Amino acid sequence: MNKLFRAKIIKNEQLTKDIYLLCVESPDEIQSKPGQFCLLKLNQRLDPLLSRPFSIFDHVSGEIKFLYRVKGKGTRILSTFKKDDYITLSGPFGRWYPFPQGDFIVIAGGIGLASVYYLMKRFPKRAYLFYGVREEREILFYDELREITKEMYISTEMECPYTYKGIVTELVKEKCKNLSLPIYACGPMVMLKELKKVVKESQVCYVATEERMACGVGACLGCVIETKEGFKRVCTDGPVFDIRELLL
Amino acid sequence: MIPSLEVKIGNLTFKNPVLTASGTFGYGLEYSQFVDLNLLGGVVVKGLSLRPKQGNPPPRIYETACGMINSIGLQNIGFEAFKNEKLPFLRKYKTNIIVNFFGENLDEYIEIAYLLDSLEDVHALEMNVSCPNKTTEWRKMGLEPELLRKAVKEVRAVTKKTLIVKLSPQVTDIALMAKICEDEGADAVSLINTIPAMVIDIKTRKSMLGTPTGGLSGPAIKPIALRAVWETVQAVKIPVIGIGGIVSAEDALQFLIVGAKAIQIGTANFINPRATVEIIEGIKQFLIEENIKDINELIGSFIQ
Repeated sequence: MNKLFRAKIIKNEQLTKDIYLLCVESPDEIQSKPGQFCLLKLNQRLDPLLSRPFSIFDHVSGEIKFLYRVKGKGTRILSTFKKDDYITLSGPFGRWYPFPQGDFIVIAGGIGLASVYYLMKRFPKRAYLFYGVREEREILFYDELREITKEMYISTEMECPYTYKGIVTELVKEKCKNLSLPIYACGPMVMLKELKKVVKESQVCYVATEERMACGVGACLGCVIETKEGFKRVCTDGPVFDIRELLL
Repeated sequence: MIPSLEVKIGNLTFKNPVLTASGTFGYGLEYSQFVDLNLLGGVVVKGLSLRPKQGNPPPRIYETACGMINSIGLQNIGFEAFKNEKLPFLRKYKTNIIVNFFGENLDEYIEIAYLLDSLEDVHALEMNVSCPNKTTEWRKMGLEPELLRKAVKEVRAVTKKTLIVKLSPQVTDIALMAKICEDEGADAVSLINTIPAMVIDIKTRKSMLGTPTGGLSGPAIKPIALRAVWETVQAVKIPVIGIGGIVSAEDALQFLIVGAKAIQIGTANFINPRATVEIIEGIKQFLIEENIKDINELIGSFIQ
């Protein structure tokens, strides 16, 4: 009965124009798995009112990290939080990525890296990473990713001398003629839709999904996504789903 | 001395006046990791219909200034699944279990009320005549006095349990609607439900929700709810349960002072999963500080 805590901010570092890495202290009893998320609340504020779900980017002893993009009012205010400020967290919540048995493919679309980095780090040198961003300067953690992945392929939508030009799912199609390894993916809905076209019925493919959320615990039914079996809750039935289950 | 927080509604005793609002606390289980349900005055479970309901398409929620709009559309697991899968968990707790229910037509309202009446561990029924996300003709039940009269009368006839009617704010005179409920034998009324509202994406020119409109809840609606409760308290003798944007003990105390016998905590659960127990504790502290021995001394103490 203790998944709600006030956490001291260790750092809140601006990585690009609009992407930040938030590191907060975490009590030792908090355990997490790759693919899970926490709800972050901007303390006592009534505007913005709701907590926001953020994927756990990394979790090491005593520290949880979140990678986020400033998109709206909540994340804009979050970006102003400084070292030694406090923030209210609840979680971890949600279903995690089923652990891969051998090598695996990871597809990260932009800030979708926030959900899959922890998985690759947990299983080092086993992931073939396909990482798609809009432009070169949005490539994050290049050295760290090289370190933890088996192979890494990057695509950019804008011209860049050492990357594939195009969208990441095209890069996957080009490099992986035979998609036999399990796929783990997180990215924008347009990427997941493209991915669904690529994936065959026999292919194992887990994706982390996103939807506007209020409670995070399955009570409000606000964050549903359409599946073959009707609406399911992203917070408790997901956020990780088998893509074949989803109607995208 | 520890003050008494006990209140009575119908033939039920509540250990304190703090209940959860339907649709914001699931079936209790979801929040039991944060809150000892034994501490609550009561748990009002997610609106229940005879058969499972799929609800509205996503996106289903959108945040506004100090509030949120939802278009859940009453998704629920249906009576049988509630009875078999949820009630066995809930009955382990020493708190009042109140089932919010609705139907697609009056026959369904009557049928589910009749079925719920037979469940020993359900202590009270909350009849939902006011969900803004309902699209059937019975949405009008909460808006048209004579439809409401007929519905309450017929539901009353099939249940001996404490019957609460949850009213819509979308009427000219909410006190009049409450009086109708009282006349037809309801034991209490609860108000307000969410307020019909909209939000538009100016680029796509579409609703930010999966439906054109939804229901607004949260602190933004609290002053409206407080006024509605005050007006209703003056019109009826049956207890009034206050709902609408309560996020703190101070908010809850305002409702009690204008005459609410109990209050329900809704959207606040989403922003602080421990909101209910913190509000109970805050009320208790206030009574101690003000040297009030019984919460019933505070209820209705508003000075004009």
